[in-house]
Amino acid sequence: MRLLKKTNIDFVGIRKITYAISLILILASLGGLIFRGLNWSIDFTSGVAARINLKAKSGNVANVQIDEFRDVLKQNGFPEAEIQYMGDMENSIFQIKIKSAESKEEVDGDTKTAILRIVAENFPDHVAGRDMNNEVVEEIYEVGPKVGGELRANALLAVLISMVLMIVYIWFRFELSFGVMAIAALAHDVIIVIGVFALTGKEITIQIIAALLTIVGYSINDTIVVFDRIREDLKLRRKEPLENVFNSSINRSLSRTVITLVTTFLTAFALYLFGGSVLHDFALAITIGVVVGTYSSVFIASNLVLDLNRSLGKEKQAVQGLTRRK
Amino acid sequence: MKKFSWRGLSIIIFVCVTAFFLAPLTNLNLPGWWAKHKLKLGLDLQGGMQILLEVDTSDLSAKDASSAVDQNITIIRDRIDQFGVAEPSIQKLGENRIMVQLPGASDYQAAENLIKQTAMLEFKVVAQPDEAKRIFDIIDTNVAAIIDHFPDLADLKEMDKAIAPDDSLGSDIMAGKGVFSSFIRPGQLGYEVQYSDVALIQKLLADSLFQQAVPLGWQIALERAEDSASREDRSIHVLSAAVELSGADIEKAKIEYGSSTSSDPRIANKPYVSIQMKREGGRKFERVTQDNIGKRLAIVLDDVVYSAPNIQERIAGGRAQITGRFTTQEANELAIVLNTGNLNAPIEPISTSIIGATLGVDSIKSGTIAGLIGLLTVIFFMVIYYKMAGLVADIALIFNVGFILAMLTAFGATLTLPGIAGIILTIGMAVDANVLVFERIREELDAGKTPRSAHEAGYDRATITVWDSNLTTLVAAIVLYQFGTGPVRGFAVTLAIGIVGSMFTALVFVRSIFDTFILSPNRKTLSF
Repeated sequence: MRLLKKTNIDFVGIRKITYAISLILILASLGGLIFRGLNWSIDFTSGVAARINLKAKSGNVANVQIDEFRDVLKQNGFPEAEIQYMGDMENSIFQIKIKSAESKEEVDGDTKTAILRIVAENFPDHVAGRDMNNEVVEEIYEVGPKVGGELRANALLAVLISMVLMIVYIWFRFELSFGVMAIAALAHDVIIVIGVFALTGKEITIQIIAALLTIVGYSINDTIVVFDRIREDLKLRRKEPLENVFNSSINRSLSRTVITLVTTFLTAFALYLFGGSVLHDFALAITIGVVVGTYSSVFIASNLVLDLNRSLGKEKQAVQGLTRRK
Repeated sequence: MKKFSWRGLSIIIFVCVTAFFLAPLTNLNLPGWWAKHKLKLGLDLQGGMQILLEVDTSDLSAKDASSAVDQNITIIRDRIDQFGVAEPSIQKLGENRIMVQLPGASDYQAAENLIKQTAMLEFKVVAQPDEAKRIFDIIDTNVAAIIDHFPDLADLKEMDKAIAPDDSLGSDIMAGKGVFSSFIRPGQLGYEVQYSDVALIQKLLADSLFQQAVPLGWQIALERAEDSASREDRSIHVLSAAVELSGADIEKAKIEYGSSTSSDPRIANKPYVSIQMKREGGRKFERVTQDNIGKRLAIVLDDVVYSAPNIQERIAGGRAQITGRFTTQEANELAIVLNTGNLNAPIEPISTSIIGATLGVDSIKSGTIAGLIGLLTVIFFMVIYYKMAGLVADIALIFNVGFILAMLTAFGATLTLPGIAGIILTIGMAVDANVLVFERIREELDAGKTPRSAHEAGYDRATITVWDSNLTTLVAAIVLYQFGTGPVRGFAVTLAIGIVGSMFTALVFVRSIFDTFILSPNRKTLSF
């Protein structure tokens, strides 16, 4: 069975259109980042986050409404608490976030204890007969500002250093302009996924950072496969115009690109549908990232290499640099 | 022939290592040394608590600081072992941080208290009431001179002036007229502080400037609240700063219960902690009690007075009791911290998290379901798309998932929820190397090559691509491991193992199956 018989799409020819699409997506993402900002989870800022399950054991007790819970927290000294449903309203699972005051240096158990007490006192019917520490409070964590800031800085530093080393590796194995543009395509993918999170106001958690790193891995892998084909074909077809070689290389690696997209997409989508509420946003990020990553390695990365070398007038040197080495 | 045998050997090693580390996950009855290599589940999957502590080493030299952190880790480990948590994990992170993970622990309050208690135990003689009065007066004079440095007290002074300009009002209930002694009034035994002022006094006592205002050789300390919830007044003591006995003099501490007929109301029917001192400590105790008959001896833990009984006679034998209306649990914790010694440098929790076991069970369930559905979909897809070759790739895929789990076990890594997600994704991405090869073979077949040479050429050309694309990702994984922390690191390990596994299965494993079973030398057609 074959999805794609011999294709002959003019990827290089339609690059103005695909650049425009990418530009619009990136501008929208940057707009989201600038005007809405990112909703960092407590892991990266500081404060207390809790996941509270108020599904009563007895069927006769009415579900707690979110406004009711918000009022209770407000009356008990947490007017700034953010509260939302996790999953279906029917499940009565709430996510609470309380950001701590700027001045607080360390965590103390006070806020955690207070939340436990408030829940136990105000919803006795919902808590009755259930283990407070395990069943009602499914998860609660408190992060001090020291840790939060550091985590953000470390993750960013790690990503930046890995990008630089990837450029160096690709420079060594291919050619500098390929390295730079592979990273540009990578940045394109990450910015768009982050943009979706900024625009929808979804939380950036540690899981989402892991998802972004997965996208980095997938996207670079995908781009290199196309570059590799270009390198191989250029060795055999030195006399032909660059444009033709690039086009045929992308076309010839297209069926592999699409099949890998399909298998990865299938697993990411299975995770999105069946992975449960905790992994929901993680799977969403991967699903978007895989699609965008494939798009950029087919439509953007190699076209950028072509345009960069053209505008610098260095096409010949680039081809020589690429084909001379093993 | 030689090349072939190397490949065969590596496959045998690959399969054996994978099987060795996966076996403990099954219910087979394995010997202990084998079964202990079992994949550890992260707290997010099995529930429990995690505390990240920072050791305050600012007062210590660099050399002392490092050893203080290590000693603190030993002490914390001892305390947790005695507290009774299965498989705790206590790790040093960076220079001065300690990560404590307690799987399955649900009483986090108790665990947190137990871990962070410095447990500096001291016995100190309490000043007589008239002596104490004199000290309060000196403090008043000293504080008055630098009152501007205590904004809280300065405000109070202004308020006092407004209420009682001539100092007549309420002066009879005050032990003195100064700012500090205005908080203090005579109680049943010594002096007391009103409940409403306790927080302010606690803040003052912790203030280093105030500590300088206390005359040399003396110390002010509050008594422990009998019940943290009750709004009762608290005793305040003036103590002689000399440490008569310390935690180092203790041989063993243990929890005991006072009999209901005991004449002492402090221990009747209540748990308390009994202390047995070392030989030298016992002698010191005997001397202290002999020299101070009629005075009170304060038992001070972390600068809080637990009890201050009257010394009625010389006590030989080195036994003492710490009473203080404990709950059984509190008394038990106190005995544990006394037995394990005091921390060498103070520690503060800088982040904590508690995850209920229920959420973990749900996460494992939904993660497994999603994983199986993803795996089956990919398996079906590969078989339909590549027929026989797809089936071979599927076998490799299953080995690859097993390999990741086995290597995580071998490295003692912990499987977390993002880790499971990472493995599920690897299922999708791991077939990539095979797809690259298969597509290439199809191209060569289309170009009219025989199955055997198409196979050879396909592998030769695709191998370069597989190496380049995977090595680039591996570079990223190594950097993430080197510079990342916590979850980012765990993710990098899963990623790196997945890359190595998928390269090996595609380039060695699948290729060998083709060479050995499918491509007989005279085969004319190949189903792709």
